[in-house]
Amino acid sequence: MKRFAALFAALDATGSTTAKTAALAAYFREAPPEDRLWTVALFSGRRPRRAITATRLRDWAAEAAGLPLWLVEESYPVVGDLAETLSLILPPPTRSAENRLAGWIAELRRLSTLDEEARRAGILAAWDSLGGTERFLFNKLLTGGFRVGVSQKLMTRALAQATGQDEAALTHRLMGGWTPDTTTWQALITAPDPAADLSRPYPFCLASPLDDIAALGPVSDWAAEWKWDGIRAQFVLRGGNWFLWSRGEDLVTDRFPELAQLADRLPQGTVIDGEVLAWADGAPLPFARLQPRLGRKSVPKKLLAEAPALLMAYDLLEDAGQDLRGAPLSQRRAQLARLLDGLPEDTPLRLSPQLPATDWPALAAARETARENGAEGLMLKRLASAYGIGRKRGDWWKWKVDPLTIDAVMIYAQAGHGRRATLFTDYTFAVRDGDGFTPFTKAYSGLTDAEFAEVTRWVRAHTLQRFGPVRQVPPELVFEIAFEGIQASPRHKSGIALRFPRILRWRRDKPAAEADTLGTLREILRQHG
Amino acid sequence: MEDVLSFTDAGLYCAAGDFHIDPWRPVPRALITHGHADHARPGMGAYLCTAPAAPVIRLRLGDVTLETIAYGEARQIGGARVSFHPAGHVPGSAQIRVEVAGQVWVVSGDYKVVDDGLSEPFAPVRCHTFISECTFGLPVFTWPDAATLKAQIDGWWAANAAQGRASLLGAYSLGKAQRLLTMVNRNIGPILTHGAVENTNAVLRAQGVALPPTLRVTAETDARAHPGALVIAPPSALSGPWARRFGPAETAFASGWMAIHGIRRRRGTERGFVISDHADWAGLNAAIAATGAERIYVTHGYTAVFRRWLEEQGYDARIVRTGWEGESLDTAEEAGT
Repeated sequence: MKRFAALFAALDATGSTTAKTAALAAYFREAPPEDRLWTVALFSGRRPRRAITATRLRDWAAEAAGLPLWLVEESYPVVGDLAETLSLILPPPTRSAENRLAGWIAELRRLSTLDEEARRAGILAAWDSLGGTERFLFNKLLTGGFRVGVSQKLMTRALAQATGQDEAALTHRLMGGWTPDTTTWQALITAPDPAADLSRPYPFCLASPLDDIAALGPVSDWAAEWKWDGIRAQFVLRGGNWFLWSRGEDLVTDRFPELAQLADRLPQGTVIDGEVLAWADGAPLPFARLQPRLGRKSVPKKLLAEAPALLMAYDLLEDAGQDLRGAPLSQRRAQLARLLDGLPEDTPLRLSPQLPATDWPALAAARETARENGAEGLMLKRLASAYGIGRKRGDWWKWKVDPLTIDAVMIYAQAGHGRRATLFTDYTFAVRDGDGFTPFTKAYSGLTDAEFAEVTRWVRAHTLQRFGPVRQVPPELVFEIAFEGIQASPRHKSGIALRFPRILRWRRDKPAAEADTLGTLREILRQHG
Repeated sequence: MEDVLSFTDAGLYCAAGDFHIDPWRPVPRALITHGHADHARPGMGAYLCTAPAAPVIRLRLGDVTLETIAYGEARQIGGARVSFHPAGHVPGSAQIRVEVAGQVWVVSGDYKVVDDGLSEPFAPVRCHTFISECTFGLPVFTWPDAATLKAQIDGWWAANAAQGRASLLGAYSLGKAQRLLTMVNRNIGPILTHGAVENTNAVLRAQGVALPPTLRVTAETDARAHPGALVIAPPSALSGPWARRFGPAETAFASGWMAIHGIRRRRGTERGFVISDHADWAGLNAAIAATGAERIYVTHGYTAVFRRWLEEQGYDARIVRTGWEGESLDTAEEAGT
């Protein structure tokens, strides 16, 4: 664990990606293979199963520290991280242990099979033999979530440096449903990989927000299509099995059973990049209708009937087992069209239509109608471009419609987590409603650090009431809230739910009496809902 | 029984002696615990502080009417008997003991219980009522020992120096800066100081405090002439143009708040050294227990939580709001550390 703690300390002590990459690469060269494998797993979001609930951990830590539980709970929001809070309050260790990272994970596995009293004894013993960063990291293993400023891309680069392999090939190897239990360092990273795990998707090609349309050159170089508001996904069909991967690299096959039909109707060795949409009567349903699918392991019949899903195909990445990503988009689209041509009408798969790109003004005008077409804007893709890895600027642009906006009043504030733990960054906003205010959304982002600090000072000085971590403040500060979509929602007091709400700016010029009203919000719903 | 001190808009007031302690509004007579800006404010008719605290207060407030008193020396002011006792916070800092009709109250000012080798070490004072700061009044705050800290700071400085980078260390100019100066291994490289730090150094050296040699950074300073330097400056200077003259550099901040990962990250500092001139959780509890007081007033910090904790420990614990700020996280101002 000392080596892993030293790695964490090195990553944490620098903001330089070069230095972080070098520290990780050194670790990947020197650490024992099981530890390396677990490190790759942890930094790619594959954490060990939670062996003990947070509640129990809190109880045991309070007891070990000789503190009342309420005091531990009061400390938590100041620190903003449970693992860190517990490691800070615990008394210094009286023993030492030479366990490695993989050893501690094995110990957690062992504990998870025992009864509660034995688990408690095991955790207390671990706490008593780990100090400082090691104890913090052990608690991170217990509570999950290893966000330490290392992106998967950075980690992959470090792996490439350490192993001398191609970064793109490694990115591909790291995708898929592996865990440290189902593979080894050698199998995952270094062994020749002829029968690549059949489930593996390709790294997604991502678009950048368009800033300067004039720089794109002739319109004839570009393909334009709707930017659909669903779940970006890859449909993978190989060796008789099909898999659906979301962009976050989650395997979501089980959530969309209706797509099983594609496996019967498409040839083996097919990978399609597209957008999963809820679809009814020839038009997409709002994203909110798709969302209930994501939270559960299996989908009830009612949901399948009310919001059936289909795949809107953007691109063809693999055809007859051939990796097509190096071919130009124009060719891939043509092959995709041929593949889809002649499928039965009821197949939940459609070709995302390309918009006629005769000139830029025409595309700009089409973009203005995106909301009416159930889209968020346009996608512009260079016809000659290969299917790249990640967000590489230049070939793929997203050209979203301007967000909807409303001027709202802050009525509650809550401290953030992690690096924002001492700042009030999470606000509840309300619109005027007669003489009062009706809350309609929360938003967390959009202000600068300096503005968050200023609002924090204001909140501290103006707190009316506290409800746990939440402070009620007088309805005085006005903010412009931007959002991408609006929906009627009986679950919300205002009757409205927003898509991607965020703070556009602080309207210091506006008193609360001039903020927008519930009537305005309903009018936006009527027009755009 | 009459209270020894009452809490007014101007500060802590002793009616028997007609004086205030560390007032935040102008009053005729002020007893001052130490020279940090939130405790020693301008505009008082007359000041009383310890002899070693006086030079810095004069530096900061100019030509004010100021009397000094020795540690432990008892002085009768009207109906109150007053004495000053080491608080261990910064050189010259004091707790103020006020006795009226057999009732003893002590105002802690800011304090820490570990000996920093620079300030007069904290001495507990028995009392009936203790007014304690609790800037770090949560059990998550535990300060590392001096040897660990020294190794961390020296290691950081030496590694930067080896790479030809300057080491910029943010620390308040009275107290923390000098503590760092006496702590680090001066053989690693030259030590440069910001003007605010060096002005305080000059005053402290003149009163006999031993500090290592330092170089004042001025407009003429050529940073390249001092490779591998450690630069000690108030935190506010490090985020501005002043810091750019040093070329490639690493920045760190020395504060008790650096004990919390998220707080350090929010400040955008990669390195933080957990070093404070305030008491940590264990220090606060030990200091309070050592007073033998039954009634505790807590001020600035996690007052609500700390009060409840003390009440559960059997104290008559209350909160008092003051104009004191404790160790500030705000880089824009140098509040009292």
